[in-house]
Amino acid sequence: MPAKRIIPCLDVKEGRTVKGVNFEGLVDVGDAVELGARYALEGADELVYLDISASREGRNTFTRLVERIADRINIPFTVGGGIATIDDAARLLDAGADKITVNSAAVANPQLVSDIAARYGSQFVVVAVDAKQIDGVWRITTHGGSKLTERELFEWVVEVESSGAGEIMFTSMDHDGTRSGYPCDTFARMADTLGIPVIASGGAGCVADIAQVLSVGKADAALAASIFHYGEISISQLKRQLSEQGIDVRL
Amino acid sequence: MIAIIDYKMGNIRSVENALRRLGAEWTLTDDADVIRKADRVILPGVGYAGEAMENLRSRQLPEVIRGLRRPVLGICVGMQIMCRHSDEGDVDCLDIFDAKVHRFPDSDEYKVPHMGWSRISNLESKLFKGMKGGEYVYFVHSYYAGLCPDTIATSRNGIMFSAALKYENFYGTQFHPEKSGDAGESIIRNFLEL
Repeated sequence: MPAKRIIPCLDVKEGRTVKGVNFEGLVDVGDAVELGARYALEGADELVYLDISASREGRNTFTRLVERIADRINIPFTVGGGIATIDDAARLLDAGADKITVNSAAVANPQLVSDIAARYGSQFVVVAVDAKQIDGVWRITTHGGSKLTERELFEWVVEVESSGAGEIMFTSMDHDGTRSGYPCDTFARMADTLGIPVIASGGAGCVADIAQVLSVGKADAALAASIFHYGEISISQLKRQLSEQGIDVRL
Repeated sequence: MIAIIDYKMGNIRSVENALRRLGAEWTLTDDADVIRKADRVILPGVGYAGEAMENLRSRQLPEVIRGLRRPVLGICVGMQIMCRHSDEGDVDCLDIFDAKVHRFPDSDEYKVPHMGWSRISNLESKLFKGMKGGEYVYFVHSYYAGLCPDTIATSRNGIMFSAALKYENFYGTQFHPEKSGDAGESIIRNFLEL
């Protein structure tokens, strides 16, 4: 099995990172390329850039940003945010992205996943899945958790895997932002159900949470934002501590 | 000049970017004369081996590649089609490396595709100058070349496979050096300095 991956997530608005720690020697933390390069230097295994711009200009700015990221960064990176058509995916692939992530658009149009996978390969398609528990049943939400759908989590991830998704990035909306840890039983069940890698997102408050989801939760990777952006722990420190706990990470 | 063979197999932009970061100059081409005259030739490839061979054949490139005497580097599917045969599309390949390419058997013990950072070991080539073995590099593949006399690096996804191959002036890496951080960068630099 490959090493467990640690993936910082950078939110980008109108071409600038929204939050980021003031690294020593880093003049502009709003520069998404510089921040990503810094994370790569610290040992990030991949980077995820999410475009949260609402405007068309913002999207065009993001595409140019992806080109600059590809020029500079020598590890894989995934981009997402508002990808609704195969043309959106093609534009970002041409700009140099290694993978794209689709979320709400895949729920609205499941064919999108198979279309992108058929044209560019499964390795290019990460399906982001947001869900919350309602009366003991995990149900899919879209639009950042604001819209509840009728879809059940495990049926949905099996469906997108068979459509050609290369990875699943799962966020529990019950845990996201709470910094209270991940629902590890649910992650473990998902890992047992699927043959493709699962990326755990949303909920990390401390190193122990990440260690738990990578071991008990059987996740292949952990995605985090605030724990890194606010400089509470560096990626190199995190990976050293995970390694001390017997988790295989790339040091 | 470095020639990157342009045969419409996936995104070569990351290979170009890696060369740019190293200050190298390259040309993207499917012109046999340009490829024959190049100091270094890179055969990239993301996608389906059957289609990759088809695209090389339709450009009359298999013989051109086999006849090269300067260092050649195949990456990922580029490496696989330098082997004897691939099960992906059941296709006869360039027959440079003495290995056959098979799909990883399905297993509960490991995942297919093998995707992510894995260690490479048993390094036996100047391609890995300055490396001790145990370095992590980035893989994305469902098919693999088995171990053979041409193996110059191994890795493991359930079973052990060839992470890199060499025959005379021909080199191939199953992993993506252009996406493998500093380790990958030094492998590309070593290739340019062979």
